[in-house]
Amino acid sequence: MRNNLLFDFVVNKENNTINVKREFDATLDLVWEAWTNPEILDQWWAPKPWKTNTVSMDFSEGGTWLYYMQGPEGDRHYCKNDYKTIDIPKSFSGLDAFCDGNGITNEDFPRTLWKNTFSENDGITMVHIVARYSSLEDLEKIIALGFKEGFTMALGNLDDYLESLKK
Amino acid sequence: MRRDVFQAISDPTRRAIITLIALQAMTPNALAEHFHTSRQAVSKHIKILVECEVVKEEKVGREIYYKLEVDKMKAIDQWMEQFRKIWETKFSQLDDILLTIKNKRNEK
Repeated sequence: MRNNLLFDFVVNKENNTINVKREFDATLDLVWEAWTNPEILDQWWAPKPWKTNTVSMDFSEGGTWLYYMQGPEGDRHYCKNDYKTIDIPKSFSGLDAFCDGNGITNEDFPRTLWKNTFSENDGITMVHIVARYSSLEDLEKIIALGFKEGFTMALGNLDDYLESLKK
Repeated sequence: MRRDVFQAISDPTRRAIITLIALQAMTPNALAEHFHTSRQAVSKHIKILVECEVVKEEKVGREIYYKLEVDKMKAIDQWMEQFRKIWETKFSQLDDILLTIKNKRNEK
């Protein structure tokens, strides 16, 4: 069943957006829950070997999800999502950021404005994510961050990264 | 205006041009025939693709042929792949969780 699930991923550098569509083999209520309940988010939000740990969650318009990603070395990188619009159970949008343990935004890194829309068809739920960046440079930075398994590079641990390459 | 590989593929006409010349190098006339827009418009797109170094010109006799710079296209793929992989992994993890939750519900 998994092989038939749609996964569409398009980067548009002209309007600085990333468009992702992915189908999940579950009903909408379950998928919505998985995207909005921190207990479940903590289990999948970070790609292994990274792990997400929620500090606080206020899933409401104007509310924030504050969490940290923990790397295999035990290093912690704090991130947050500031929720903008919530239309249960159809969509929600927000602005994410790298931050410190208190949720203070790190202005050095780009913020993504994103919107997730959910729709169900015959037991399969599709999530459509549109992520928007304020400039081409920001989008390139985000892609580069991902490209280099970037939390290490991004947060200035260049030395550690270069060291690990020698092993 | 900055020219990078992603600009090459961000436009549908340019994507179509890339697809056409991927099969074989083509002259500007031959390319233009495939599109409803003016030759000028197609030429503009070709110019951008050349500036992005995704396409290069090759003279054969008096004719100019446009061919695909395969390495540059690979670079685009690699970039997209890395980013896409992260999302793929996350979604795969979510697939597993959803299955676990569904199974738990069915047990009740």
